[in-house]
Amino acid sequence: MIKFDKVTKIYSPDNTVLQDISFEIKEGEFVSIVGKSGAGKTTLIRLILGLENPTSGAVFFKGLNVKNADFSQIQELRRSVGGIYQDYKLLSNKTVYENVAYIMEVEGKDNDEIETEVAKVLDVIGLKAKLDNFPSELSGGEQQRLAVARALVNNPDIIIADEPTGNLDPYNTYEVISLLQKINQTGKTVILSTHDREVINKLGKRVITIEEGRLMRDEEKGRFII
Amino acid sequence: MLKNFKRITAFAINDFSRNKGISIAAIFVLFITTMLVTGLLFFHGMAGYLTSQIQDKIDITAYFTEVTTEEEILQAKDKILSMSPNIKNIEYISREQALANFNEKHQGNQVLSKALEEVGDNPFLPSLNITTNGDPKQFAEISEILQTSDISEMINEVDFSQKEETIKKVYSITSSINLFGLLAGIVLVLIAILVVFNTVKLAIESSKEEIATMRIVGASDWFVRGPFIIQGIIYGIISFLISIILSGLFAYLISYKIMVMLPGFNIFKYFLTNLWFFVLIQLGFGIAVGAISSYIVVKRYLEEV
Repeated sequence: MIKFDKVTKIYSPDNTVLQDISFEIKEGEFVSIVGKSGAGKTTLIRLILGLENPTSGAVFFKGLNVKNADFSQIQELRRSVGGIYQDYKLLSNKTVYENVAYIMEVEGKDNDEIETEVAKVLDVIGLKAKLDNFPSELSGGEQQRLAVARALVNNPDIIIADEPTGNLDPYNTYEVISLLQKINQTGKTVILSTHDREVINKLGKRVITIEEGRLMRDEEKGRFII
Repeated sequence: MLKNFKRITAFAINDFSRNKGISIAAIFVLFITTMLVTGLLFFHGMAGYLTSQIQDKIDITAYFTEVTTEEEILQAKDKILSMSPNIKNIEYISREQALANFNEKHQGNQVLSKALEEVGDNPFLPSLNITTNGDPKQFAEISEILQTSDISEMINEVDFSQKEETIKKVYSITSSINLFGLLAGIVLVLIAILVVFNTVKLAIESSKEEIATMRIVGASDWFVRGPFIIQGIIYGIISFLISIILSGLFAYLISYKIMVMLPGFNIFKYFLTNLWFFVLIQLGFGIAVGAISSYIVVKRYLEEV
């Protein structure tokens, strides 16, 4: 589904973020990308979403070379990915309902379908009572759950979570990770980028370890070893 | 397409009402600049009236020799008209008519009546009174015809030399007013556009992160840009409504004072007569500046993502 082929990303001559990275993620996998802060995890995710281009090598998303994709293909790619981020990336001017609905509106879905699906996903995620609240009126955990709801509502094939638990307490961390596991059990691909040792060790799933821009390990049932 | 347009409009209305402070600030700045443009329109109207009033008073009188027949003068009249067809008015005044005009003007003036009696004969010469369209160039053209063509042989005197200074002054005032109006207009409108642009930029600045998020979740350019542009249009429409009402009120309230300074010019009537022009300029200016500023600012942010 996603393939990195000898990807190198250099921002400036003395700032090589990723070096010769190659791996492949298959459909339905739960893959954790681990590494210290600044190891290149976020850059890796930005490369998948076409927010950055590799300096050399290629990133393929469902067979499409992201670097060569035109703008509409990139936007279609982004719409097929459910993204969860450490800083939530919620639309602060929109209510809980509108934040989730926006994703479906971007897709051009009908209003009836939007109403049904948004209500359903907010119910599952436990935010049904806060439909009309703005993100600033939610706790950190609630905001991240809203981000998860937003990532799920379009029923994407792949969920990419970039440090989703970075700002959460252990309880909310557990909740978000459980949600990701449930999503994976429904057959969706999940890519989790984190530097949370406990989370990784409990998961017992595939772990790709990146250190100083290099791929150090890629283990089927990996642990957090840095 | 229609579904997307409805959604974009709904986003714009929501954002507009949820960011009241920013919306009011943007409308206020747009309103001030629209009023500035309106002020220039009023100034243009007043200056135009003033110059036309002065220009209307500019005329040339060509006095023919006593021996010139009426037929010759009328031929000269036709010739002048054919050479300078845009003349506002050209009138033949016979010797008898000139005398009658004099008597009518100075009715009851014993001294002048006595003086005329002393002269005995009708001392007035036949003449052509020419009113130009106010253009100093036309004045020069007619002077040239009267002084150099074969008509000049029949002419005793042309009464324009005393007015030459006035013509030059009027010409200089008219040109200065037009030039000043144009330059001031351009400078003020440019400043106004910059101020509005920066206000809109500040208004959108707070949404910079949202724009990036919209991009990341796959929204198309128009889906991101549309609400901001429609907000810009809403700013323009509201600022226009306030501007047009206040312009009318302002013109109504100061019309008497302006009439004292500029007799015959009713600024409120000028506003009403040119209402559609005011509407067009204010609405066009407001919407164009509001929408274009939003377009440019969001475009810049979209390029950064």
